[in-house]
Amino acid sequence: MTAWRPPLALKFLWLLLLLLAMPAFAGDSVVPSSALPWWFWPLALFVTCFLIGIVAVPAGIGGGTLFVPIIGGFFPFHLDFVRGAGLLVALASALAAGPVLLRGGLSSLRLALPLALVASMSSIAGAMLGLALPASVIQTALGLIVLGIVALMLVSKKSEFPQVAQPDRLSSALGIHGVFIDGASGRAIDWQVHRTPLGLVLFLAIGVMAGMFGIGAGWANVPALNLLMGAPLKVSAGTSGLVLSLVDSSAAWVYLNRGAVLPMIAVPSVVGMMLGARIGARLLHILKGSVIRKMVITLLLFAGIRALLKGLGIWV
Amino acid sequence: MSTPTDSQARQQLDEAFRYAFLLDWGTRIGLVALVLSFAAYLSGLLTPHVPLDQLPSVWNLPVNTFLERTGTPTGWGWLALAHKGDMSNLIGIALLAGCSLPPLLGLVPLYLKRRDTVYAVICALIATVLVLAASGILSGGH
Repeated sequence: MTAWRPPLALKFLWLLLLLLAMPAFAGDSVVPSSALPWWFWPLALFVTCFLIGIVAVPAGIGGGTLFVPIIGGFFPFHLDFVRGAGLLVALASALAAGPVLLRGGLSSLRLALPLALVASMSSIAGAMLGLALPASVIQTALGLIVLGIVALMLVSKKSEFPQVAQPDRLSSALGIHGVFIDGASGRAIDWQVHRTPLGLVLFLAIGVMAGMFGIGAGWANVPALNLLMGAPLKVSAGTSGLVLSLVDSSAAWVYLNRGAVLPMIAVPSVVGMMLGARIGARLLHILKGSVIRKMVITLLLFAGIRALLKGLGIWV
Repeated sequence: MSTPTDSQARQQLDEAFRYAFLLDWGTRIGLVALVLSFAAYLSGLLTPHVPLDQLPSVWNLPVNTFLERTGTPTGWGWLALAHKGDMSNLIGIALLAGCSLPPLLGLVPLYLKRRDTVYAVICALIATVLVLAASGILSGGH
């Protein structure tokens, strides 16, 4: 008689649960304090966020995605405050870009609003869950998520103009379609979407992650809109920012109400990131996107491993 | 002669421009408030609730311990301390977190005029979610 062997997916799930359970024994969630003067860390935070802002634009990734794992891993702030600041960084960036993208026809309200409704509701639940769980559990899960983002960045393909033969019934009923002028070719591109119900379910999960980890969710929004729902790549990127501005607002209120927004951490981060992003946008044509992207992937890989090991109590 | 597609594209641009206008101004006001209050906080013009030199001993604590140690209120309790340097920054942050509300509400009459009830309801629902999140009812901030 042969012994029953669990399938690979079950083994993976078991390993995941084990990893998530381990931090409960990782000890105190208080971050070791620093002997440096108080002003050193906000200044270092401003400089770091300025640099993140510069590389985030050419790498095609939201600053918030880099912010939480890097600041949470290498600065002496508690993860509660880092996530609160991370949400504000992602929110401020999305708010600053939103009007430009809307006026340029690259952001679709008809596409964004239904998705933002489900994602903003779930982001509140995610934020509440994130603040209720021990920091070490969040840190470990964050490490896994960041490593997942690295994998997604390495394997995911993009489709400039996906072919949507037939819109689904829900998107037809909601009138989700549009026209945008492609700046590169000067052509007017008609677009429509499909798989809207599945998209709504996915955005429910994206909202939970955005609220729980404070990392923004552009990395998940764009593939969901582009590869799953079939929106053109530029419309997906533009609409993602609009969805983010609403999702992060809801989650940010939860952090604000719980006292998890510390101005000395949040403000230098927001200002540094926004100034850096302006420079990054100007350097977009000078810097080699592929090189920056590889650099950011390496940085995320390192930050993800650091978050995982910190959460597990191996490298505190 | 304009086609139905042209008319729909024009309608979508009208929505986008109205939303963008209100969002743009909300964001600008929020950012200016944030930068000014932070300057007042750093320069010592406004005395902080938590002294600057004590920050390194509390910013590494979980939020609940931080609140207990510093006597910082939750929910909208910070408004009573808005004259303090650190707490005054929360005005700008609240403006940024709330600046999607006017554009959403601004779209409702536009959609109702076009008899696009579904989108008017979606906008109203997102606005309700934002107000509920801000009120602290959902997150237990009071």
